[in-house]
Amino acid sequence: MAFFLAQFLTGLANAAALFLVASGLSLIFGVTRIVNFAHGSFYMLGAFIGIYLMEILPGHVGFWAAILLTGVAVGLIGAITEIIVLRPIYKAPELFQLVATFGVILVIQDLALMIWGAEDKLGPRAPGLRGVWRIFGEPVPKYDIVLIAITPFILFALWYLITKTRLGVLVRAATQDREMVGALGVNQAWLFTGVFALGSALAGLGGALQLPKGGADLLMDFNIIGEVFVVVVIGGMGSLPGAFIAAVIISVLNVFGVTYLPQSTLVLMYVVMAVVLIVRPYGILGREEVAGEHGQVGAPEQPIRPYGRTGILAVTLFIAVLALVPLFAEQFVMTLIVDMIVFALFAASLHFILGSGGLVSFGHAAFFGGGAYAAALLVFHTGTPMELAFLFAPLAAGMLALAIGWFCIRLTGVYFAMLTLAFSQLVWSLAFQWRGVTRGDDGLVGIWPSDWLNAPAPFYYFTLILGVGGIVFLRHVIHSPFGYALRAGRDSPRQAEAMGIDVKRVQYAAFVLAGVMAGLAGGIFVFSKGSVFPTVLEIAESFDALIVVFLGGVKTLAGGVVGAGFMTGVEDWLVRLEYWRLLLGLVIIAVVILMPEGIVGTLRTLWRRMRNDDEEVVK
Amino acid sequence: MTEILRVENLKKSYDGFLAVNDVSFSVAAGELKALIGPNGAGKSTCFNMLMGQLKPTHGRVYFDGKEITGHKPRDIWRRGVGRTFQITGTYQSMTVIENVQMALMSHHRRIFTIGPRAWRLYRDEAMELLKTVAMQDQADRPCSVLAYGDLKRLELAIALCHKPRLLLMDEPTAGMAPTARVELMQLVADIVRDQGVSVLFTEHDMDVVFAHSHHIMVLNRGELIADGNAAEVRNNPQVQEVYLGGGTLFKEDTHA
Repeated sequence: MAFFLAQFLTGLANAAALFLVASGLSLIFGVTRIVNFAHGSFYMLGAFIGIYLMEILPGHVGFWAAILLTGVAVGLIGAITEIIVLRPIYKAPELFQLVATFGVILVIQDLALMIWGAEDKLGPRAPGLRGVWRIFGEPVPKYDIVLIAITPFILFALWYLITKTRLGVLVRAATQDREMVGALGVNQAWLFTGVFALGSALAGLGGALQLPKGGADLLMDFNIIGEVFVVVVIGGMGSLPGAFIAAVIISVLNVFGVTYLPQSTLVLMYVVMAVVLIVRPYGILGREEVAGEHGQVGAPEQPIRPYGRTGILAVTLFIAVLALVPLFAEQFVMTLIVDMIVFALFAASLHFILGSGGLVSFGHAAFFGGGAYAAALLVFHTGTPMELAFLFAPLAAGMLALAIGWFCIRLTGVYFAMLTLAFSQLVWSLAFQWRGVTRGDDGLVGIWPSDWLNAPAPFYYFTLILGVGGIVFLRHVIHSPFGYALRAGRDSPRQAEAMGIDVKRVQYAAFVLAGVMAGLAGGIFVFSKGSVFPTVLEIAESFDALIVVFLGGVKTLAGGVVGAGFMTGVEDWLVRLEYWRLLLGLVIIAVVILMPEGIVGTLRTLWRRMRNDDEEVVK
Repeated sequence: MTEILRVENLKKSYDGFLAVNDVSFSVAAGELKALIGPNGAGKSTCFNMLMGQLKPTHGRVYFDGKEITGHKPRDIWRRGVGRTFQITGTYQSMTVIENVQMALMSHHRRIFTIGPRAWRLYRDEAMELLKTVAMQDQADRPCSVLAYGDLKRLELAIALCHKPRLLLMDEPTAGMAPTARVELMQLVADIVRDQGVSVLFTEHDMDVVFAHSHHIMVLNRGELIADGNAAEVRNNPQVQEVYLGGGTLFKEDTHA
């Protein structure tokens, strides 16, 4: 019993930092509608800056002063980030800011590496709180008890700030109706900056506060961001008490998980999130999202048309050039192009549900990796011939999408995004921890194509035909009645339902089709590499796809494909440099700021401006 | 005259507040009937229950003799009820004619088809519908650049796609210029006459209501206080009380 209590207290203590970081994220999302992926980076900065300040400020007072100063410092960094990176793009299309924050993650990662080096740093002990207290005979660190004691004060202070102060009133008003607040004479730009700074400061505080229990390392940004999103979603977006309850639930569960079910730790919180979202679609204390809040920013999308004669000619020429590549190019060029095509097909499948359907999935890697693993498992365990195993990749991914979609499609907006993320993490943890079947992070190796394909040129053509074929097929579907119905459901679900369209069913079918095509990409991928590792199922893989779709342009059909080509090319060139993350991050941020409609969208607008077309009559 | 829509004892309560209280009425085939009342009287709530956007707390709705209470909007649409909304919800990313084609594709049950190009399907049929609302010249413009009145006419064309037997129009002329209102309602009246459609509409503009409707119902605070022809409604003391606090209501000479 005493052991239970001690475990529970550890969980509560862990909840303190988690709650701080999560409440910051929740505030930022509530007011600015930005899904701030860089929030974990501010937490990491808090940890590093905290260590530095604690070293130069000694003693009791110095320790706590260092924590507060860290909050101020990270808040300032947050404000600067917001002004430079986010302010220029508030008018950009839906969730485009998300990509910018991803660029910020990369930049901060490399800056931290430059300044503090690659070594993990151990956090200093809190002066006067080094030992343990015995509670019913069980040792509990003193610092844990202090954390548990101050967490309610933090909650109260935040609650007071939000409900009782003028700033709080403005924040709540802006959460409900930004335009109205602007019309009432509030300077929105500075309100956003202020809220972003406050949220970042909270993340920094969290990073500094957890130092005596942990430390600082370069992986903590990614390690916490998943957890923080889970907390915010379980608690309900924008609800502080909800975030608190969820932080406690997750932290306590994690502590018990480590003790009793060590193999479940990676996935436990995602299981909890999936269950909560299925039972309560808007989190424990969250309210239903206002429809259309995310989707309708920016200029309306132009009507679509298949390419005209020039367009088809250009694409045919391009494919013809690709087909001639094996005749003159070296092998590494072919490998690069195979990578590009695989990634382009993967991105096109995400673009299909995201662009035409308005379904922002954060877990699309589940189908790419799922397809890859399905084929690899068959080959590895049963020695199935490649031709058959390859067919199994899209099939298995489709089945997976059928299952996952059944739960996810009923949700909308950011909740849909988070539930897809939860399920993809489930799949990832299966691959990672079910070692008996998947061999964990040793991966499955020796998955080579049959002899007739097992050479650079034949496999290149195999990829070209299936990859380009898949992309062309998806484009065709977008122009078909089904694709139109999908867009109808995105543009106006009410109108679509009132003309006999079953919107959810159309979206479900599209989700499954996207899964099948991602699985096809995964199948090509696994036989091109000869192996598969759990990394293909990671969050980062899903985000890579999201980023290229946004970079290319959500509102343009070629967006996903062009973005994928651009990204694979840039990455291939950049990774040879030492601080490639910094550069890649800067490239992403630059594209986001300079080309708010994405690469294709901005080029098209420029082209139209050059020809002086004000309104395009589609003919 | 045969009855196309019958509503029995319809009620909707929100936490004890009765937005619609025990409303019963019917619409005859080929009739153009108005539902009027002050703001907050429950008109839109009523409409949303008829079309399935809201589930009634109590009561039944029959369309063409068959009960449709609580059915989904898309099922009610399939049975032959069309609907236009107070705030238009056309598809911004499509052209004018594609909006109509979309409805036709749904009507012909081609939603899950992936073979043909959508913009080639039913184009002639869609153009005919656009002609009935005089929108054929704007067929290939993006829907997002249309003027408001044109959107309303487009919405009407969309609602006529599956040859509905009943059309529910929620404030069809709201936000339009006075001359455009009269034109639009004249158009609706012509369609009622030519195609035998029944129309139930809500409206705030009394000129429009009295010029065009065969029958008028008045809703106040969720209750139906009058149901009759123009003269009956005009002389109903309760209606006069609601609208003018007892003064004389609506000039006799309504202009068309």
